[in-house]
This record gives sequence, structure tokens and C-alpha cells, in this order.
Amino acid sequence: MLNPISLAFKKSKKENRPALLTYTVAGDSSKKQSLEILKSISKYADILEVGVPHNTPVADGGQIQTSSYRAIKNGILMTDVFKIVKNYKKSKNSKPIILMGYYNMIYQFGENKYLKECKKSGVNGLIVVDLPWPENRIFSKKCKKNSINFIQLLSPTTSYKRLKGITKDSHDMIYYISMLSTTGGKLKVSPNKILQNYNKIKNISPKKNCVIGFGITEKTISKFKSADGLVVGSQICKEITRSLNNRQNPVINVSKMVNKLKKKLS
Amino acid sequence: MRLKKRIPVIDQGDKLGFWGGKFGGNFVPETLKKPIEDLEFQFNKLKNDKSFIRERDKYFKNWIGTPTRFIKLSNLTKHIGGAQIWSKVVSDANGGAHKIYNATVHCLLAKRSGKKVIIGDTGAGYAGKMLSMAAKKFGLKCKIFMGAKDIERQQPNVRAMKKNGADVIPVYTGSKTLVDAVSECMRYWVANCDTTAMCVGSTVGPAIFVRICGWSTSQISRELKAQLIEQFGSVPKKLKLYNCVGGGSSSFGFWNEFMDYSKKQVEFIGVEAGGPTKSKKHAAPLTYGSKIGILHGAAQYVNQNSEGQIEETESISAGLDYPGISPLHCFLKDTKRARYTAASDEEALKAYQIVTKYENLRPSLEPSHAFSVAIKEAKKLSKDTIVVINSCGDAYKDKKILEKKLGKKYAKSN
Repeated sequence: MLNPISLAFKKSKKENRPALLTYTVAGDSSKKQSLEILKSISKYADILEVGVPHNTPVADGGQIQTSSYRAIKNGILMTDVFKIVKNYKKSKNSKPIILMGYYNMIYQFGENKYLKECKKSGVNGLIVVDLPWPENRIFSKKCKKNSINFIQLLSPTTSYKRLKGITKDSHDMIYYISMLSTTGGKLKVSPNKILQNYNKIKNISPKKNCVIGFGITEKTISKFKSADGLVVGSQICKEITRSLNNRQNPVINVSKMVNKLKKKLS
Repeated sequence: MRLKKRIPVIDQGDKLGFWGGKFGGNFVPETLKKPIEDLEFQFNKLKNDKSFIRERDKYFKNWIGTPTRFIKLSNLTKHIGGAQIWSKVVSDANGGAHKIYNATVHCLLAKRSGKKVIIGDTGAGYAGKMLSMAAKKFGLKCKIFMGAKDIERQQPNVRAMKKNGADVIPVYTGSKTLVDAVSECMRYWVANCDTTAMCVGSTVGPAIFVRICGWSTSQISRELKAQLIEQFGSVPKKLKLYNCVGGGSSSFGFWNEFMDYSKKQVEFIGVEAGGPTKSKKHAAPLTYGSKIGILHGAAQYVNQNSEGQIEETESISAGLDYPGISPLHCFLKDTKRARYTAASDEEALKAYQIVTKYENLRPSLEPSHAFSVAIKEAKKLSKDTIVVINSCGDAYKDKKILEKKLGKKYAKSN
């Protein structure tokens, strides 16, 4: 049986479009509201990445930092993140969930305990930003044993040798970082160039689902329709900030935005 | 966990960059793997290359000014009445602190790899000031990331950086201190690593930066060893080396050449920043038993809460105000080669007053922490014990704080 993440890709492929992946931070701007956002965007998104906020994020730009600090200030704990996922999974037409964060949070929680909680709450995949290959070999094997997708990252600086090693050790999904940037940077490379690199990865491992992230927004998303999946994160986090500043409801605004993103893909 | 003899400590890490199997490593985003590998390759080659070492030594000698003085603090020794108190005046170095060694080596490496821009973090402003000096010397563009709170409290160094033509980029996130400056600097490198070299200002960060910095500051102990032999005929039978520890670059460099001596003969004492007496916050992860965690790409003892969020620190000295500590020092602590303790803000200030009262020496607030513990312990030690304190910074940069805490009299220059 295919796991839920692979199923989501299969479904979008049938509809002849990339899968839409969103990123929001757990607990932004409150525990309750972040759950509401996940529920409301499920209508449009195929896979939901949920950020575990950390206060020294070395790869995140301003928008996601703002969201993370907001969540931490509101007192989000690791156990709350699992609760949010668990409650979300009880909702109607819930989608696969990928937790994304930094390794220290897992390390302090305990790798085995963390995976157990992931399984219990219904987490389907993990992205650990600062646990690269080959350092992640042991942990990714543990994930596999627990039927959790460990998602390897690739970037424009990844050498061919690493590319081969990483794809070989990867599970069903790979994440390609489109350019040299923290999250939320403007697209500074042409979509063609990005797709060229993307195709290089697909040639080496055609069966793995490869998503492109970083610099994907309402403006740029339609240029990447040939990819297996596309991740939008910072623009959504920014929309939450904007809504809060304008005293509007982030749930409604974010939902509208994800709907628009989806329309651009079909 | 064991410290090996006859192998430099910086080279005692395993394949993945872990000392003692658990400190250090490379917890970095995928994007940084390649530039880090390139730097590792370059450094491993050059550190044994005679022409590179000649080049380094040339700049160390003619530009930084080696050796820095090794002086007896006779009045202080008399006043304390115990061990002989000496100081290695590393603040003699061009720019006024040990950070110049690491900055120079990083600029030499950047030049050789054809990079045009170099970026760095800074807390007290020394690392930034030195990097801006070295960048100017070697014709590189320079960007310095500095916490907004540190910019406020270390103005003289900020002015110096700007004068050297560096962009000083204020960091407003988190506690607005060194920890945030390092994060922001790493983020900038993630986005610009194809054209830009990064210099981490201390023996922290991904393993290669720990190694390069430790290799660079070891100049201090190379000089000291020669000076001791010149002074006493051999390395003294009872030698105690006191050094403040923030990230740990000056202390590691102050000790490195003496690593293979027994600790009975050469004892290392690292003094962390205990923060204000009344505050629970501190910057002393080794002294107060902080747990191992990941910070800025390396596993280390670090101040954090049970969730793994990095905790804010508090110290009067911006240069020690860092929640983590070099993996090298974690390794030296767990192998019991070095001993670590802390001095509070108040103790450091008191030590500064004592030293400046008896000697023509003005240690900055960072080494004042080391002086505090050395003075306390020297009282109880025999007269044939040689106590050496690394005076690794000058108090000029602390003028504002000293004026506020002690009055104008103490803030005057010698």
C-alpha cells in the first residue's frame, strides 16, 4: 500500500498538475488559529508542511522568523505541535502532514520518543533543515522503520556525487531548494535554470517525487507546472502577519490565498 | 572520551567533525555543505603548506606584531602575596585583541579561493573590528553582523569598523546580541555562499570554523611557550593558565601548545561569564551544567530550555555573552584536561579595579573575569607557582560601561 504522501502525488498527477504543498508554523498566531488554518486550506492544498518554531533558525528569512517568534511567544511547546496535528487528523478530508524544523528540538525531545509521538499523532513525514546527509543516515532509517517519510533536501550547491548518494538514501519524496537563499527570498534564478536542475535530479531518480521550494509565490508558481510538487511558505506566513496587522481574520485570508495558488496550477 | 597526545586537538575530530564522538559536527542546511567542504579541503591542504605558513607568519609578524608582551605583574604579585602573577598582553596585537589572528587567516584563505567579499559576526565588536581591518588590508569587501544591543554598548569598535570601510549590519532579532548576529551571518552566507567567504568570530560554528579559528589563535601559546623558556629556562614545573571563555577562541589559543603537558604541571583554568549576581541568567554553560544541544551548526553544551529553545544570556561583557561554548572546550572539559569556573559581573569589575590600581595594564571586561579568579586563587598558591593571565582585550572599548558602573575615574585611559 502506498503511503499518504505518495498517494497525494499520485492524485495530483492524475489531475495533470503539481501537488501543492503549504508551509505554516504551528502555533501561529495561536494554537487554535493554526489548527483552523490547516483545516481551512485542506480544501486546496495536497500536503501540509507544519513548521516547528525554533528561536535560532539559521535557514529562515524574515517572514518565517516572524511567524516562529510569534508562536514561541504564545507559548507553543512540542507537545502542543503534536496535539495540533492529532486534532487536525480527526477533521474531514485531512491531508498528509510533514513536520519541518531544526534538529535540536528533536534531539532534546529524544529521537525515539519524537518518532513515537509523530506516529501517534499522524505525522507522515519529516524535514530536518540542519541534519544533512550523510549525518542523517541513522535517523532517516529510524523514520523509515516507523513508516515516516524522511525528506532529504537538495540545493543548487549539491555536488553530483552527493546528489547520487542523497537520492539513493531518500524515501518517496525529495525537496529541491531552488536557489541560494533563506526562505522568503525573491526568485533570483530563472525558472528555466531551476527546472534544468530539477530535471537533473529527476533523471537520476525518476521514481521519487521531487518538490521545488524557496521563492515560490502567487507570481512565480505557474512557471513551474512541470514539477511533481511546489511549496509555498513565506508568502503564507507573510499573509498571516499582514492580516493580523490589519485586524483581519488570517484563516479566511490564508484560505483565499491557497485557493488562488491552487487555481494557478490547474 | 580521551585526549590524544602529539595530535593537534583541532585534528582530533572524527570524519564527521565530532570531538569525543559528540561535540561539534556540521548541523547545517544542505546549501552550506559544498562551501564547507571546499573550505575544509583548502584548509587541510594549506595548513601543512610551507609557503602558506610563511605567508601567515609574515603577516603575523609585520602586521599584527608578534610576539605580544609577556610581563610580570610585580605590584599585583606583592599585593596578593602568593603565586607569581604574570600576564600575556595579547591586547598588544594590532587592533587590540586576539581576534586579529583568526580574521587574518580567514582573509588569506578567502583571497586564495578568489572570494571578493567576507562576512563575519561580532559580539564585543573585536571580531568585527579585526575582520574589517584584515579585509581592508587584503582588499576584500566586508560586512559585519552585530546585535543591536551590542552596537549600543560597544560604540568605539563600531566606529572602527565603519572607518575601515565595513558595512555594519544591525541585527534586531531575539536578544539582539552575539547569538543573533551569528545566526544572521549564517543566513546571509546561505544566500550568498557562491561569492562570499564567511569568518566565524570564535571557535564555534560548523567544525571547519572551529578548527581554523583554533589553528589561528594558537599563535598565542606558541609565543608564550618560547617566552616562558626564555624567562625560566624551561616550562615551569607549576604553571597555571587563566583565560576567560565566551566562545573560547582566546583560551584555546592560549593553551594549545601546552596540551601534552600533564595538568599537574600546566593547568588550564577557563573562566566563564556568570552574569550579574542578582540575575539567574548567565553565559556559563560549562560551569552551570547546561545540557548538550545544537547551536550554529555544532553540538555543544548550551543554555537552553527543556524544549530546545536557546536561552537568552546576560553578561556585562559583550564578548562573553554567548549561550554556547566551543566544542573544543566541551571536549577539554569532559576529558578533564581543563577546569572551568565562572566570575560574576561584579567580580569582574572588582578585578578590573584591582589590576588597574596596581599595574599599568587595562584588561577589558572579558579578561577581567579571568583576573578575578586568578587573583582569588593566587593567594593560596606557593611562590614558585607561575600564574599567567591572558589579557586578551583592552578596556578602551568598555569606556561607557566602566563610566556607568565605576565612575569616570576608572574609564580614563592609561
